[in-house]
Amino acid sequence: MAREHEGAVDLGRVDEIVARHKGREGALLPVLREVQDAVGYLPQEALERVALGLGLSLSQVYGVATFYSLLYTKPKGKYTVRVCESAPCHVQGAQEVIDTLVRELGISFGETTPDGLFTLEKVSCLGVCGVAPAVMIGDRVYGNLTPETVVAVLQEYR
Amino acid sequence: MALVKLTIDGLPVEVEAGTTILRAAEKLGIHIPTLCYLEDIHEFGACRVCVVEVEGARTLQAACVTPVREGMVVRTNTPAVRRARMTTVELILSDHHTECPTCVRNLNCELQSLAESMGIRENRFAGARTVNPVDSSSAAIVRDPNKCILCRRCVSICEKVQGVKAIGPVGRGFETVIGPAFGDQLGDTVCVNCGQCILVCPTGALYERDSTEEVWAALADPDRHVVFQTAPATRVALGETYGLPPGSIVTGKMVAAIRRLGADTVFDTDFAADLTIMEEGHELIQRLTKGGTLPMITSCSPGWIKFIEHFYPDLLPNLSTCKSPQQMFGAVIKTYYAEKVGLDPAKIYHVSVMPCTAKKFECKRPEMRDSGLVDVDAALTTRELGRMLKEAGIVFDELPEEPYDDPLGESTGAAVIFGATGGVMEAALRTAYEVVTKKTLPRVEFEAVRGLEGVKEASVDLDGTEVRVAVAHGLANAKKVLDKVRAGEGDWHFIEIMACPGGCIGGGGQPIPTNLEVRQKRIEGIYTADERMTIRKSHENPSIIALYKEFLGEPLGHKSHELLHTTYTPRGSYLPRREKAAD
Repeated sequence: MAREHEGAVDLGRVDEIVARHKGREGALLPVLREVQDAVGYLPQEALERVALGLGLSLSQVYGVATFYSLLYTKPKGKYTVRVCESAPCHVQGAQEVIDTLVRELGISFGETTPDGLFTLEKVSCLGVCGVAPAVMIGDRVYGNLTPETVVAVLQEYR
Repeated sequence: MALVKLTIDGLPVEVEAGTTILRAAEKLGIHIPTLCYLEDIHEFGACRVCVVEVEGARTLQAACVTPVREGMVVRTNTPAVRRARMTTVELILSDHHTECPTCVRNLNCELQSLAESMGIRENRFAGARTVNPVDSSSAAIVRDPNKCILCRRCVSICEKVQGVKAIGPVGRGFETVIGPAFGDQLGDTVCVNCGQCILVCPTGALYERDSTEEVWAALADPDRHVVFQTAPATRVALGETYGLPPGSIVTGKMVAAIRRLGADTVFDTDFAADLTIMEEGHELIQRLTKGGTLPMITSCSPGWIKFIEHFYPDLLPNLSTCKSPQQMFGAVIKTYYAEKVGLDPAKIYHVSVMPCTAKKFECKRPEMRDSGLVDVDAALTTRELGRMLKEAGIVFDELPEEPYDDPLGESTGAAVIFGATGGVMEAALRTAYEVVTKKTLPRVEFEAVRGLEGVKEASVDLDGTEVRVAVAHGLANAKKVLDKVRAGEGDWHFIEIMACPGGCIGGGGQPIPTNLEVRQKRIEGIYTADERMTIRKSHENPSIIALYKEFLGEPLGHKSHELLHTTYTPRGSYLPRREKAAD
């Protein structure tokens, strides 16, 4: 069965992360975070190595990997675009910003652009209601957005 | 232990500290409804069906996980409690594929009973439902996520009781599905097909893969000679599908009922159990006296076989090479029996009735064709037979008791106890003792290997030779024994392992409910059936003696090896699918 990005995963790096945490209680979550940082997401091969290394079953590891919204089992774009869908952003016109992003990127939520640059996601709140509507790209937060300014912001990353 | 006094619904009760409200209420005869709760295995407090009012508490408390406190005042039946429970069940129903009349669990469903007892008459929360494909990849078990209520009992039993961990929760919230990792199909995983998940599923989300259709077709085919065999544990459980108390011995009625379905011949798996003892007993003696891998481990339980193939492949040389009774019988019927009665083996359709779901997988294994044909064509569970009898309109109560057909219907007490944990061990010891010592056993019962303790050990004196044995049932218990064997500890000669708790009487194909109490009753039935038998040692079964004389020659002889013994396949414990693909 063909998998995306097969062969690209550095399993030695995964083993190294597992070895550092092995034997500690609650090791799984920190291991998954570090593996994701190193690999970009949590591919099946990596999760299998984590399970094997920590002596857990695949179902346990996969259950945790799919439970947390900040852990990804599918490849992600270089930048994650997180759109706030909470009430304050909504009343300040988030929907137009969202519609613009969907149109501009040509993808829906949870998807990645074909050039591998952007992944689009919804989040519950970015904690910056004072500058609603807000969007987070990578580690940076952008506020007071309009359909026009959000396009300009995207251009900075292209 | 300290005692705690409290009142429940105004009634005073005194229980040990640490007891849950649920158990304390039971003591008063007050029934608090539960749904996700499974005593000692899954005490999770997730479904909120068991909520009660506790004076002073801010919110309703889950009775199944809340321990009692001194002076606690509990109310189990107030408007707020009833409303909360009802809303919970209504919400569960709103995302449940409700098709009760056509569901395999119709009239035997915990969710249905709860809805009924709460008087739910409408679906107030109709809305979006999660829809997921039904997984029928496994030879034994079907998963229908659309009927799953996410109680996670199956996850707990698979992990804690069986140590397999084939399934778990995937995803989050409304999107959650209970299933294998990576969206794999159950048939491609380490699932051992034991079916314990089916026994604990409160709804119809897990059930056996149906074999009744093909059996009906064979029964209706005039060119087919349909031969049934019925496993030891089915005779103390089938009655439950007709409302009889657990453990009722219904052997004669079961035989009569199968004849009414249209079977041409009804044989007893017990005969093959006696045959297994002949082969396995002699194999043990051979390994003990002539050298061979010890401890030798029994090989009757197909769930256990798949388990060792996945998780302890290094111990495969310890497994007896004997096929299970089901498969020994299959090979004998399409050779010896066909020849004896002058039938074309290709015209024989052989059906087994088993307390087991893993038998469906076992009979489809490629190595189970030593007669030159598929040795066992279909394996029905006890539940499936019950369904067929009802479909045929059979009134069980009114049936006469009929004997099995000759010659492969004759069996012994040693065979019937195969159905309970420790039974194969005891049966083997009854024969091994007499074969080795050439003396008559003063007493046939070996009580030390009986009962529901997870791992049992005993030592038997075979005329100066000490044989140390262990018995484990439930695969998590088996793990404890196997880890010792792996570490070179334990010092046993012979080990019996059964995948299911209680042995076959607690098998995944047995009537629901199958719980501790029911298991105990069925075990009592098994030992009563043993006591009622005239012959209680396998090597004294006249039909077995005739089979060796006319056909097989001697135990472990050439013909036996051809038909009654098998080999095993190491499988990966983490990546069975990948490893299979790489072959």
